[in-house]
Amino acid sequence: MASLLTRTPIDLGRLVEAVSAPDRGGVATFLGLVRNHHGGRQVLRLEYSAYEPMAEAEAARIIAEAESRWPVRAGLAHRLGELAIGDAAVAVAAAGPHRAEAFDACRYVIEELKVRVPIWKKEHYADGSVLWVDPTAAKSASGNAVDRVSGAVR
Amino acid sequence: MSVRVLLFATYADLAGRESVDLSLSVPATVGDLLRQLRVVVPGTRGIPERPLVAVNQVHARLDSPVQDGDEVALLPPMAGG
Repeated sequence: MASLLTRTPIDLGRLVEAVSAPDRGGVATFLGLVRNHHGGRQVLRLEYSAYEPMAEAEAARIIAEAESRWPVRAGLAHRLGELAIGDAAVAVAAAGPHRAEAFDACRYVIEELKVRVPIWKKEHYADGSVLWVDPTAAKSASGNAVDRVSGAVR
Repeated sequence: MSVRVLLFATYADLAGRESVDLSLSVPATVGDLLRQLRVVVPGTRGIPERPLVAVNQVHARLDSPVQDGDEVALLPPMAGG
């Protein structure tokens, strides 16, 4: 299988091509772009890093789960390294016979990726500060990520 | 037994390093490993009491067993996507 982590720009067209087939008439895609703000602060650029072998393996497990739950082919790509505002950080594509399963599978892959795939984001702000982003810090239900991951433990 | 501990992102910053080789007595769990790590590398005392962990690249729990040669990773809150 091709690597799901990449240090070069994401090609959504190629991802769509990889999951498409003549009997799959519904294709859903999700593209996550680098935002220029976080918590009211201006973001200049950011860096993604990963526990790469596990991130590859966990992402592949999520794809396999989506493909067993729905009659789809799914794919994803996640950037690593330094990214600029507006760059695509992540892309997901899911193709099935009809739109419902394509949308559901696409959503499943991105939501699971966010809580299970070991990737971290370091943001550089306009005021000169640098911070590792903690998506659980802002939420009152900060135990959620832990619970979700625990559910995935084999 | 010998176990390799991997630290990432903010946890690596706290520890001042990205990996630590620990000697543990048998049997041991991930929780035992964490207690020893906090003694050997004081900076890791800033890591939450119950962090996300993985053993050999699969999500695990604090009561998961650890075996000789295992790779145990401490995972800060994930921020992919």
